[in-house]
Parts: sequence; C-alpha cells; structure tokens
Amino acid sequence: MAEFEPVLLANISNEDSHTLAAYEAAGGYRALKRILADKSPAEVVELVQSSNLRGRGGAGFPTGLKWSFLPKDHPGPIYMCVNADESEPATFNNRILMEEDPHQLIEGTILACYATRASTAYIYLRYEYPHALARLQQAIDECYDKGYLGKNILAHDFSLDIYLHRGAAAYICGEETGLIESLEGKRAWPRIKPPFPAVKGLFQKPTVVNNVETLCCVTHICDRGADWFKSIGVPADPDNPRDAGSYGPKLYCISGHVNRPGCYEAPLGLTVRELIENQGGGVWKDRQCKAAVPGGISMGLLSADELDCPLDFSGPGKYDCLGLGTAAVTVVDETVSIVDFLHNTTRFMAHESCGQCTPCREGTSWALSMLNRIKAGKGRLQDLDLLLEIGDSIGIMPGTTICGLADGAAWPMKNAIRKFRGEFEEYIRRTNPDGCETTEPVEALQIIGVH
Amino acid sequence: MATVIINGQELELDDDERLNGIQAAARLGYDIPHYCWHPGLSVVASCRMCLVETGRRDPESGEISMMPKLVPGCQTPATDGTVFVTESDKVKQARAQVEEGLLINHPIDCPICDKAGECRLQDYYFEHGQGSRRADLRPFTSRRRSLGDTVTLFVDRCVMCSRCVRFTREITGTGELYVEGRGAGEEIDVFPGFPLANKMAGNVVDLCPVGALGDKDFLYSQRVWFMKSHDGVCAGCSTGCSITIDENQDRVYRLRPRENPHINEWWMCDEGRYGYHHVHSEHRLAGPQQFDAEARQYVNADWSRLPTELDKKFTAIAKRWPGSVAGVLSPHLSVEEAYLLAKYLRGVDPEATLVLGPVPVEGEDESFPQGFTIRAEKCPNRRGVEAVLEYFTGRVATFDDLLPDVAAGKLHAIWVSGGYRNDWIDEATAESFDAADLLVVQDLFDSPLMQRAHYQLPAAAFAERDGSYVNVADRLQSFRWAIRPPMGVRTEGSLLWQMSAMPGMYRAGEVLAEIAREIGYFSAAVEEIPAVGVDLKVNLLV
Repeated sequence: MAEFEPVLLANISNEDSHTLAAYEAAGGYRALKRILADKSPAEVVELVQSSNLRGRGGAGFPTGLKWSFLPKDHPGPIYMCVNADESEPATFNNRILMEEDPHQLIEGTILACYATRASTAYIYLRYEYPHALARLQQAIDECYDKGYLGKNILAHDFSLDIYLHRGAAAYICGEETGLIESLEGKRAWPRIKPPFPAVKGLFQKPTVVNNVETLCCVTHICDRGADWFKSIGVPADPDNPRDAGSYGPKLYCISGHVNRPGCYEAPLGLTVRELIENQGGGVWKDRQCKAAVPGGISMGLLSADELDCPLDFSGPGKYDCLGLGTAAVTVVDETVSIVDFLHNTTRFMAHESCGQCTPCREGTSWALSMLNRIKAGKGRLQDLDLLLEIGDSIGIMPGTTICGLADGAAWPMKNAIRKFRGEFEEYIRRTNPDGCETTEPVEALQIIGVH
Repeated sequence: MATVIINGQELELDDDERLNGIQAAARLGYDIPHYCWHPGLSVVASCRMCLVETGRRDPESGEISMMPKLVPGCQTPATDGTVFVTESDKVKQARAQVEEGLLINHPIDCPICDKAGECRLQDYYFEHGQGSRRADLRPFTSRRRSLGDTVTLFVDRCVMCSRCVRFTREITGTGELYVEGRGAGEEIDVFPGFPLANKMAGNVVDLCPVGALGDKDFLYSQRVWFMKSHDGVCAGCSTGCSITIDENQDRVYRLRPRENPHINEWWMCDEGRYGYHHVHSEHRLAGPQQFDAEARQYVNADWSRLPTELDKKFTAIAKRWPGSVAGVLSPHLSVEEAYLLAKYLRGVDPEATLVLGPVPVEGEDESFPQGFTIRAEKCPNRRGVEAVLEYFTGRVATFDDLLPDVAAGKLHAIWVSGGYRNDWIDEATAESFDAADLLVVQDLFDSPLMQRAHYQLPAAAFAERDGSYVNVADRLQSFRWAIRPPMGVRTEGSLLWQMSAMPGMYRAGEVLAEIAREIGYFSAAVEEIPAVGVDLKVNLLV
C-alpha cells in the first residue's frame, strides 16, 4: 500500500485550522458548493450508499442505508442529530475534529442534511468539551455570516439551522435514542424500537443520528467520490454476504501504556500490533503488552497473543470482542492486574447504567459489588461463574435490554474472565485462602460510591 | 382474521384487534409475568419480566423461523403469523434472572409490608424465581418518605417499573413523580415543594406491582388476605366508577377501581376512593324513632311493626285528603328503591306528588387529559331516579317545585328519602315541613328535617344496599351489598319491599326485571346485568 495521506486530519496542522478562512483555503466548502449545484438529495444518498461508509460511532451501521430509511415524501420537519457525545472511555477522536477542524464537521452536516432533506440539525455535544463548544459555536456563527447556514444556502432552495446543544455528562446520551430523549429535555432513557428514529425520532419526527467522524467522512466522499473512498480500507469478505466491508480512513485513538499516546489516522484494517508499534511507539518502559482494549472498554479485551486482530468492522469480532467500537485502543502493560482492570470497567458501567432495564441496572451493580468484594480479599471462586452468567445474559444480543450499554458492560466481563481466568482464580485463592471455596451467600460490603 | 401461534396452539384474532404478546397469550390461558406493562399506560418494556421467544410463520410454506434473541411480550404485537413461545427453558431462565435481579436490593420485608399477599414480586418469586439466593446478603433497610398527603414511598421496595411516573404524566397530566438518580441508585421522588397532590393520586398505589407505594388511608389497617372483595359501584359522583369494595367483618377498609372500559377504565378519583368513611361514621343514625306527640319526645320504633303502621297512616291520609301524599326520591336511592317508593306512594294515592330529591353539586366537572372525569354532581343515580319519576308522573319535578305546596300545607303526608353525606337542607326550608301531618324521613345523618320527622328512619349506605345505579352516560350497573348495615338500620329496599307487600326477602333483581318490562328507558336491563353494566341508550330512539 502506498503511503497513506491523512484525510480527516489533513487540515489540523494548518495555522488557525479551526477558522473558516483556513478551512476554505484548504479547499473547504468546495464539496458543498458543487453538490448543491449539481446533485439532487437522492443522488447524495446514493453516493454515500455506494461508498459503503459505515457509522464511526461504534456500531458500524451503513450510513447511506440509515438515510434511506427515512420516509419518502415526508412533509417534514426531518431532523439531523450529530452525536458529539463522545463518552466512550479512551476515545477522543471527535474532540480533535471538533476542536481543530470544526468546519469539516459542519460541511458534512450540511451535506447530510441536504441529502436527508433535514432543515434543522442539532449537535449534541458532550458536557466535558468546553473548548469544542467554543470552537463549534464560532464556526457555526461564521457559517451563518458566510451564507453556508440559514435561509437559502448559497442561493439554493435549501435552508438549514444548526443548534449546538451541550449535554449534562451522561454516557447513555451517546445512545441515539437516549440522545434524542435528552434533546427533548427528558431523562436519557433509550427508547424501545420500533419505531426507529428514522420514522419517529426527535419530537416524534423522522430523525437521523450520525456520529461526528461519520459526517466528516461524508464531506470527503462528496468531495472525492465513492470510488476514492472505497480505495481505502478493507474490502468486503466475499465469503461473508453480511460483511459490508470496512472502507475509508479512520481515526484511531491509542492510550494507556504506550510511548506516544494520541489520535492517529490510518486506513481501516490496521492491526492492534501495528497501531501499538508504529503509531503508539511501542509499550512504554520496555514492558510487555498484557492486554489491549480494541475499541473503547465496552468492546471487550484482547489478550497479548491476539494483537494481530485487525481494527476493521469485522476484526475484533473474530477475537470474541464485541466489535470495532470507537477504535480507541487502550494498552495494558504486564504490571496491571486484570482484576483491577475489570473492576474499573465494571464500576464505570454500573455508574453509567441508566437504570431502565432490570438486567442492566441490577446486573451491573451486582457484578460491581462482587468485584468490590473480590478486590477486598473476600472473593469466592463461584463469583467468577456468576460474573460470567451476568455477562452472558445482559444486553441487546440476548435480548434482555433495550440498548447496548449492557452489552458494553458484559463484554469486558466475559473477555477478561474467559481470557484471564487463571489470574482471577489465583488472585481469589491468594487473597481469600479460607473462604474461596464457599458457595453460600456472604455479606455484602458497604462501599462508598465514587460520586 | 389473524392467526397467532402461542406455544403451538393457534389463536384467531379479529382484524381490528391490536394485542401484544401478553394479551394474546392470556387468551389461551398463559400468564406472562410482567411489572412495567399496564394496558392503560404507554409501553416502556423495561422490566424485562415478560421476555418470550418469538418468530414468524411463513404464510406460503408454513415454516416457522424463530428469532435468536428474546423479546418483551409487551412490546411485540400479535399479528398474523406471529409465533410466541412463553414456556421454554430459555424464557424461564430469563424470568428467573430478572426476578433474581429485582430481589438483590429488595429488603424482603414481606411480614411488615402492606402489599404482601397481592404482590407481584412475591407471587412471581414463587412461580418463576430461583430456588436460592446467590447474591450477597445485604443488611435490611427500610427507607420511606411521604410523596403527598395520601401516599408513602417505601424506597427500598421499588422495582423501578415506572408505572406511577407514567400515570402522573399520561393519565393526570400533572407529572409530580419522576425518577431520581441513575442505575441501581435510582429512586422515585417528587420535587421539593411539589407533592403528589392530584385528585387521582391514589391510583399509583393500585398500579404499584410491589409494596413501594403505600396508601396512608389503608396502611397497616388490614392484611389483604383477611379481606373479602366485592364488586361495587362508587356512589361519589355521577360518573359511577366500577369499584371493588374490600371489607372484613362488615367494615370497609379500601375501595379500588375495577376495570370497566365503558366508564372508568382502570382508575378512580381520590374523592371516591376515600369516600367510604361516612359509612362507619359514629354519627350515623341507628334504630328507628317515632315522635310521641303526648310525651313530646322521640321513642324507639320497632322495625317489624313499622311497615304496617306506616302503610295504615299513609292510606288513611290519602283517603281523607286525596292528592295530599308526596314522596321525595333521593338521587342516592337505587333505581329499584326509587321505583318501589314511587309505586307504593302512587298505590295509596294515585295523585301523589313525586319529586327528585336535591341533587348535590360541588364545583364543576373536572376532566383529565386521558378522559377521566370527576363529576360535579355528587350522587350516583340522578338519571335512574329521573327515569322512574318520568314513568310515574310524566315529568321530573324537583325538590324546589315541592316546597310551595309544603309551606301552603297542601301536603299532609310526605316521605323524604335521603342518603346524603353532608348537610343538605337548612333550618328555614325544614321549618316549612312542620305543616305536614305525617313526615317520614329516611337518611344517614341527622338534619333539621330529621328533627321534624314523625318517623326517623336510619338509611343504608352505598356499600350496604342491593340495586342499580344509572350514571351520567345512561349506563346501568347493578351491585350487591358488600357489608351488612349497622345494627338498627334497614336498607330502603328491604323496607319498601315489605311495604309493597312483596313476599320474602328483598330481591332487587326481581324489581329491576319488573322495571325493565314496565319502563322503556330500562328495557336494555331485561337480561342479567354484566359486571361492566349495560348501556340503556342502546334501546333509545335518539
């Protein structure tokens, strides 16, 4: 493969990259002008569909297909929600896009709204991104001044308003229907589907929810075409009719115990090992990698001998992980206890569970109380089986919850215990030699919460 | 016609029926456990107790393909070709897991919980739960707080089904309740300064599938298994909600709404719910009294001799001054009682004046977003009594129409039926009745008029009588007594039955059958009255 030219991050090293002037100097809003002049909305949907762009938010759902679910000839309004509630631990690619190159996102949003005939877009921004908030608002204001937003954009029969909405710091607001509920001013309890947002979403109107990076890709697909986009990444597996391929550039976040943590752009399909060695500069302090998270903690855990896992949409699944997720790799070196790792991820998920569905609400909290006890030296070997049972039974995949948060809580449990069971057993036997074989219920610990 | 396959059995549904998995399975006798789903509220599918397996039968090949994952029965529509499996091991395991999860943080304080005996968490544990506890043992906690004047929340018992929250948002539109916190730390609460104070608040206690919401009126007053439940009709206003009367040993402890799609659906208002206390008031009249003119004081009368004695006096007056007999038919009387009274008085005096008793009206009708209406008319049977009056007199004369004749001394014998809960007649009005030679008053409580009666007859309360009421929308509902009247009280029905020289015990059903034959308005009541009542309008040419 020839040397990869950055696409999404191409502009960020330019001076004042966040301003309209710098963005336009680098060719920004070129695609918008051309598309509005030449193509009908349906043609843009077709273009994005033919590019096989898949959502960058985590699930990898084909973006063009999502747009095509909108009802035809709907009298409107149709809403576009930009999911900028980037809350997955260790994930910060959207943040860089919004802080350093907000116009790239806004151009993509305008194009997506044109394609979906949406006249209002909401950017649902994570509370913890004040810098992005300021940059985005500045960029939106610049666009209104320049006529890229507002009534009759660039003298075409197309109008669009973008509203920037700051969330209140809850992980669940990144779930698309949780986001919609939150935007409506309600508690972010994900909705039951059907109806899907494309039919009844925000304010009961057809709605599309797209991730920031996805919309940035739309900008470039509209600029350079579907064939260019498909020349990057991993083609669909011909033996697997359900694989839609993993095309395009991707922003990888690498964090944890590496020498050069950061956000890097590469074609989809990079392996975890390549990412650690090349972009991440290897494991720090000359230590060995013990495990790595493939795409945000909710995707599960890879052991040291699974680092050849390709980071495309179907790669991590082959290693019993949930999926690519946000492609945020966290490296865990040999000094880290997997018991601690699992305790920490479970604490996060139990804290962020919205509490709507019984299996997730009770399952995550039960798992946390067991891990608290194990950590405190009162573990039982039987707890591992119970943790696995919880892990296997909560989530949308077994059908026991409304949204995927529970799957994200289940996968670290399942992966950590199945892949590192020896370490867990050793820890329990060592810290609780007298009681590790107990099978009777024991007293729960009183734990003081983190918040 | 849609065919649904449930556990291998086929169920036919009409085209206009929109059922979910729970409702469809219930048709074939399969009880799918559920907490959060309620037919009167929106579907949230969050408790996950009703998880079932589902699939589709291909209409062409007849082949069944099942979905790999479980789905909530409440959220899955039963359409043509839908397959439900509700009793498989996979389903049973999921139920056991949900039940186990709900019990992890539950105090399991059934011995001191009001809900014990009618608690879903308790019942489902026996039916669907794990055999033993696997979660860590927790110290017992019982935090409680008041949500309003009528409802207490037992925080630790809550299973977060959110029924109560949805009720205040969807049915009353008042939205006092909300969910506070996140994950396993969630709790139901009200905002400071905005208590649960709507006029239908008591329904949240019925909706609560566990013991989290307690009714302060009922709390700790009775274990539910000691009570017997009787179908009844609320007499609080002219809506006439179908209710269940829970009593033990002739004492009413609780009124609950009884599902009736034609009237109150699943709800009732608090005024009706707590409107039974007068039944056990210490001020109720007990034991008939008659005025001894010589001794100038009231003396005890004898129920067994009263019918003959009263009959004699009315007959004598009617003979001496034809057309001087009058009857006041209270809108608190049942249709049967009003009919018997009217028929009796017209029997002794064909020209007897018959009027409708005062109709108590308070404020204005109050409707809630979902359609439930609390009526300003605080009596259960104005329509029924009016129809009886129309039959006998051709018109509906009111109490006020009667007063001039009373004051003028034209009426010599007057029978006034009451049943009112509050003061209904003032001193001045009552004074005009001094002119009558014979004044019979049957009422629940003392009143200025009662003080002037020659015969003071204690009346029965709504829970004590047999009969039928016709509500504001012309729906007739029949009911039987739930408790016996207190010592010394005879129901109007049984007294009038005897005065009408009918044989044996009072049988309201026989009277209603006669009314249905005689009075066109009641013709739809000719057959047995179903639990939800009959619409009398069906036979009216309107």
